[in-house]
Amino acid sequence: MNQHHGDHDHVHHGSEISPVEARVRALESLLTEKGYLDPAALDALVELYETEVGPHLGARVVARAWVDPAFRTRLLTEATPAIAELGIGGRGGEHMVVVENTPEMHNLVVCTLCSCYPWPVLGLPPVWYKAPPYRARAVIDPRGVLAEFGVTLPETTRITVWDSTAETRYMVLPMRPAGTEGFSEEALAALVTRDSMIGTGLPRALPVEPAEMPV
Amino acid sequence: MTDLSPSPFSAPWEAQVFAMVVSLREAGLFTWSEWAERLGQGIRPAGAPERAADYGAWLATLEGILAERRVAGPETVAARTEAFRRAAEATPHGEPIRLENDPLYRP
Repeated sequence: MNQHHGDHDHVHHGSEISPVEARVRALESLLTEKGYLDPAALDALVELYETEVGPHLGARVVARAWVDPAFRTRLLTEATPAIAELGIGGRGGEHMVVVENTPEMHNLVVCTLCSCYPWPVLGLPPVWYKAPPYRARAVIDPRGVLAEFGVTLPETTRITVWDSTAETRYMVLPMRPAGTEGFSEEALAALVTRDSMIGTGLPRALPVEPAEMPV
Repeated sequence: MTDLSPSPFSAPWEAQVFAMVVSLREAGLFTWSEWAERLGQGIRPAGAPERAADYGAWLATLEGILAERRVAGPETVAARTEAFRRAAEATPHGEPIRLENDPLYRP
């Protein structure tokens, strides 16, 4: 590192571009010239996944399943059309499977190959989901992985690990927390976390007086 | 969800890579199955530890597919990358970096 002293200003003549940024800009400009890409469409995609698609959508699915037994049955039987009933679906969720947690069975989802994930209900995957330790350990030591996420299950609860692929992407239907009888779907959805739908977490503990939560 | 979700991208380039891959898949350049298979190979280099399936891995996978399909070869991509690097150097700080700012730019 250079040590600047005295009171002379350091003058910037140009802009900084990192090697990876330059590679990405290069591909984007070449592919746009060749007619493969439309920059406006790229911007729209980024905005969609930054602002609209995320785990709040999966939380709506879970909350509906908690209050509507017929929907729950449809969701567990054939998830993709059931989820589409809520207007949720599309790329990365062409074939989804929902697996239900019970006192006897906890489900955990991983993509051992790369990072396949049900985008329409959960958005894009978190960094740890794509990293080698989770990909490997979810399969060989799911209970240890859960402990790292702060989840301790009864010894009698079996853990089933589901391997998402490009063709089939899994989502967990967590157990409805006790003490939520009479909650609205919206209040229930607020208890559903991203990790609870991957299986590395549980729904939130009850908030204080949900009826009095500020709007 | 009561908490606001942070951006799924940690840098703008990650978002651009994601959007390019989605667009090219939708343009029919590859299927998601092919993509996952290539990505899975790319993050398991022979004789080296497995890597994360992050956006850097997406970028490398995309470059490999584009070269193989003769859409954009490594030399072309390297030359354009270098052009952007020169363009950045010639762009006053704070202004958008455009390819036209490359002193060697020929339209």
